[in-house]
Amino acid sequence: MTAAADHLAQPAEGAVARRLRFLDPSMILWIALIAVLIFLIASPMVRLVVSSFQEPETGRLTLQNYVEAYGRARHLQALWNTLQFGAGVAALSCLFGVPLAWAISRTDMPAKNFIRLMVFGAFIIPPYLGAIGWILLAGPNAGWLNKLWMAATGAESGLFNVYSMAGLIVVVAVTSFPYVFVFTSSALDLVSSEMEDAANILGAGTVRTTFRVTLPLVLPAIVGGLIISFLEAIALFGAPALIALPARFHVVSTQLWQFFEYPVRVEQAAAYAMPLLLITLLMFALQRSVLGRRGYTTVSGKGGERRIIRLGPWRFVMLGYALFVCALAVLLPMIVLTQAAFARAWGRGFSLENLTLQNFRYILFEQTQAQNAIINTFWYSGMTAFAAIGLALAIAYVVTRKLVPWSNVLAFLCMAPFVIPGIVLAIGFYAAYAPPPLALYGTATILILGFTTRFLPIAYTSSAAGMRSINPEMEEAVRILGGGRLTAIRRVLAPLLKRNIAGAWILVFIPATRELSSAIFLVGPQTRVISVMLFDLSEEGNFEVLSALGMILLVATLIIAAIGFRVIGRDFMVRSS
Amino acid sequence: MSKLMLRGIEKRFGSVAAVAGLDLALTQGEFVSLLGPSGCGKTTTLRMIAGFIEPTAGTIEMDGKMLSSPAGVLPPEKRQMSMIFQSYAVWPNMTVEQNVAFGLELRKLAREEVRQRVGQMLEVVHMGHLAQRYPAELSGGQQQRVALARAIVIQPQVLLLDEPLSNLDANLREEMRFEIRRLHDEFRITTVYVTHDQAEAMVTSDRIAVMNQGRIEQVDDPHTLYNRPKTRFVAGFIGRTNFIEGTCNGSDVAFGAFAVPRAALDGAPTSGRATFSVRPQSMRLSRAQAANGAPQAAVIIAERAYLGEFWDYVVATREADLRLRVTAPPLEIFTVGESAWLAFDPRQMTSIT
Repeated sequence: MTAAADHLAQPAEGAVARRLRFLDPSMILWIALIAVLIFLIASPMVRLVVSSFQEPETGRLTLQNYVEAYGRARHLQALWNTLQFGAGVAALSCLFGVPLAWAISRTDMPAKNFIRLMVFGAFIIPPYLGAIGWILLAGPNAGWLNKLWMAATGAESGLFNVYSMAGLIVVVAVTSFPYVFVFTSSALDLVSSEMEDAANILGAGTVRTTFRVTLPLVLPAIVGGLIISFLEAIALFGAPALIALPARFHVVSTQLWQFFEYPVRVEQAAAYAMPLLLITLLMFALQRSVLGRRGYTTVSGKGGERRIIRLGPWRFVMLGYALFVCALAVLLPMIVLTQAAFARAWGRGFSLENLTLQNFRYILFEQTQAQNAIINTFWYSGMTAFAAIGLALAIAYVVTRKLVPWSNVLAFLCMAPFVIPGIVLAIGFYAAYAPPPLALYGTATILILGFTTRFLPIAYTSSAAGMRSINPEMEEAVRILGGGRLTAIRRVLAPLLKRNIAGAWILVFIPATRELSSAIFLVGPQTRVISVMLFDLSEEGNFEVLSALGMILLVATLIIAAIGFRVIGRDFMVRSS
Repeated sequence: MSKLMLRGIEKRFGSVAAVAGLDLALTQGEFVSLLGPSGCGKTTTLRMIAGFIEPTAGTIEMDGKMLSSPAGVLPPEKRQMSMIFQSYAVWPNMTVEQNVAFGLELRKLAREEVRQRVGQMLEVVHMGHLAQRYPAELSGGQQQRVALARAIVIQPQVLLLDEPLSNLDANLREEMRFEIRRLHDEFRITTVYVTHDQAEAMVTSDRIAVMNQGRIEQVDDPHTLYNRPKTRFVAGFIGRTNFIEGTCNGSDVAFGAFAVPRAALDGAPTSGRATFSVRPQSMRLSRAQAANGAPQAAVIIAERAYLGEFWDYVVATREADLRLRVTAPPLEIFTVGESAWLAFDPRQMTSIT
């Protein structure tokens, strides 16, 4: 009986085995990854667009949302304000970033390392913290700079007013000029001195050479940085909310937030978010065409020998300018924030009796909301980093090994959130997952998923770079010796990618801890994070506690960034942009 | 029975055929090279044998068992082969010893046996003293030896090598050629070796398969391949040569400047035109006419270059203006414009298609 059954079973088994051969198990992975990416990226975006054309209650198609979103003069004014704001920030970033990049990359300006450190500092200070610092510095009358001015001149009123468009532009530009700096200096580092020598030998002096040869060569990179700082600025929520609202004007992001005041009008918000999305897509297309243009191939990565330009006495002028920028960006705001964090009342100035640790004690031990916000922040950010990297690694593996047809679609989906402003993404997430059936509003899940989507491009860029750097033959050597794919991943790929994974983890973790513009739309009462808490505190005007909380966030970021430096070296922050 | 059998193997990428219908059979313990210019399909063929690429047509069998066919492909890890990669692919996260032990550990051998066999193998490739080093601390040649040890220690059914020496400098490359042949003589593993370097193939191989545009042009032992090339491509790819056209008219083959009795030429057709390959060192230049009745032609020296080991002359025949490349020993000095006699050896002239 059993023998007969065996006999019968055999051809059937052969058929099953043959079937399994055809059904490539990687297809299951491919389908699963597509599903996850649709859930995280495609669905919220589609939902955003669809709901902008839907009636809130009935779901019927309508243009009413657009009529209401754009029908009011002040909504249109906010749109115009945003363009002005973005352009101002981009121009000022250029003014700050390009000279510093040139000085550090090509000249003998002293104290380069200090300046570099300051630029890095400007990079990791969240814009809303910088904005708080500048409120303390240049608030009308009470601000430090105004008090100094009044004391020095005996004037009745202060000189500066941070609560203005100009104030907003300066405050945001000092935190976003590092984009221009990074783009420009990495391009300058690739321009060979031979290019400049060729101009010199034809009789051009240093100044002429710099303006006619060097800067034009890196122009595409400068434009690239400019576009990024423009886009960062128009998508920003924190700093505009802190400054524009008291100044009684709106930009798009603050106006979007207004749509979320009770009663929540998601559909109108979605309609109103469209220009932001379109501008961003357009600008990235522009950037691609600028950076990708041929004729600038001298920036080839060959490097070649580079000589330092001797500035003579001018090098101290250059240093003065660099210090001025750094003072605006880091030194001044950080000094006043530190003072406020340790002060009983920040307006009472730098004296011993004004010194206290009470603010920190309050946050860390007395106020449970703040404690929860700190725990939430690091918990969500950690989860986000793991989720984003896990997903990014799986996709990078599938894409680099070409395991499935059209794997580039996966890569494209992964990178798509890069061109979606965080605030728009958050609205899409809200529209897709806050209502039933998932009803995720106010849960930790929606925050972690939102953050994961937002930072997936960073994780993917880093993972794909790591994956590409490993010769596929490393893995093939495992397989031909008798190990399967999983053995290859476990024994060879994972150990080789260890450092890369740690670096990517930090690259996702740091921005996640400070993320405000998407968090503000997704947090509930139980899921507040530090950035949202800071924003709430500023509305209460409690700058001492706020500064202390900001300090905690900054110190934690610095520690993690320091670990990042140790793990992957100096330029790890640069790779994210 | 053949150890490894490739029948009508074909691989298309889109509309391009990288390998276009290839047949090859290896006997047990044989060392065969796939030799050809880049893009001829040799690496694709090797990777199909390894199982990394599926053929679009044709089959691969080992010991009569089907490994690859368009219907299905046994994955590389089930083929009991080994491969040496162009990049060596020595795992940088493992020591030399761990690298070599890897394949044995996958085969679940006892720890003591693994240790013993790895030790022996490392001695064979002269790497015993570096067992605890990491690959980053080794030179290119040493990494190559680790790769060899790692591939051979598992005693694979078939060993595959993919241009293993192309990343080494010239001296080391020469040394490693003999090393690879020595290891083959010691272990007698059936081997397929991919290279674009003819000297490498000639030193190491029992037989060489010359590939061009996805096909094998000729498979033969190195001596036959060099002296009896069958096609214009093979004659030109293996060593340097001259192509001359002859017309067969009954008992003679006429080359314009001289003629050769047809009976002396191997494979010459009875009538019509035929192309012959004549190696530069198979002809002899002299000032006096040869007396032994060998076919010869009056020539003028057109160009010359001294390369140390020999003279490289280009001569033009007085009649029919054939231009031929001829090499001569260092002391046989002719000046440009000088007249001389060029004697041919019919045994070293081969008819090609």
